[in-house]
Amino acid sequence: MSQGAETDVLATAAAWIGAGRKVALGTVVKTWGSAPRQAGSQIAVRDDGAFVGSVSGGCIEGAVIEEAQSAMRDGKVRTLEFGVSDETAWSAGLACGGRIEIFVEPVH
Amino acid sequence: MVGGPCLRRTHRNLRRTGPLKKETLAAINEARRAGRAIVRATNLSTGEDRLIDPLTDISPLGEAAAGAARADQSGPCQIEGQNWFLAVFNPPLDLAIIGAVHVAQPLAAMAALTGFEVRIIDPRVAFASEARFPGIRLCHEWADEAFGKEPLGLRSAVVALTHDPKLDDPGLIVALRSRSFYIGALGSKKTHAGRLVRLKAQGFSDSDLARIHGPIGLDIGARSPAEIAVSIVAEITRALRGSKRNTAAPVVV
Repeated sequence: MSQGAETDVLATAAAWIGAGRKVALGTVVKTWGSAPRQAGSQIAVRDDGAFVGSVSGGCIEGAVIEEAQSAMRDGKVRTLEFGVSDETAWSAGLACGGRIEIFVEPVH
Repeated sequence: MVGGPCLRRTHRNLRRTGPLKKETLAAINEARRAGRAIVRATNLSTGEDRLIDPLTDISPLGEAAAGAARADQSGPCQIEGQNWFLAVFNPPLDLAIIGAVHVAQPLAAMAALTGFEVRIIDPRVAFASEARFPGIRLCHEWADEAFGKEPLGLRSAVVALTHDPKLDDPGLIVALRSRSFYIGALGSKKTHAGRLVRLKAQGFSDSDLARIHGPIGLDIGARSPAEIAVSIVAEITRALRGSKRNTAAPVVV
């Protein structure tokens, strides 16, 4: 397998599951405006918070990891949408002003 | 529970849908190991999950999956009023480097980081040695033989680095008859002009020969072998993805 390829994420997820760990996946399903990672980009999160891959330039990974851990606990799939919300409209001038939708699913 | 400084979570929807099954994950990984393209279609409303072989499935969803696989682009689609997300898992990109020369060392490492499965093709065992190319696949054959065994495809790039016609030319001839998305050959303008004359004598047209990037690499003033490797990886990436500044269309894989 090639190093650094997108698909390492799923091989790592499978290896974690093989080792008896819980895993959830986050996938970018849609982007609007400027977004650092394109649709299909994935992150795999382990129950202890370890992760491989990315769904943004680092701005939302923390929140996605928390949701992934919740998904492992409740077994439910969720979609998350990130964007510049009203109370943070002051930051709308930042380079990364897009919106992004993430699909989070536990692996069972 | 908030994002970083540039993006904040604005919506969160819990779905009724089931989790990703371990078996589905294993099937995706199995297809990737076998070098087959596979598309996972997830119905974003119902959670229905389908694994699609984009080469054989002729349903409307299969057609959409084939289009996504060709474009190497995951994304949403709407089929018969249902919203699906198509996640494309294409076989790895293939970089065939003809010539286990100095430039090939940093090039192999950089291309592997970029996502290529790299093979070094050189019948000279002293050049193509494990000590010089740790962890890289070595083929001690002539390039035309190597390409006969493991053919070049839509996701192949070919780089000829020896400057030696008897090593480079047989590989370039096979590459020109393939659908490789990138062909490059190292050498000065003069060397390249000589190469074009020889290949023309083999029956290739000017438009065939225009596929060869020569002298190889983007013009960034590269001097050292590693800098030349950067210029080659950059040129291959441009051929694969297209450029916003350059209006040339990206190669559809």
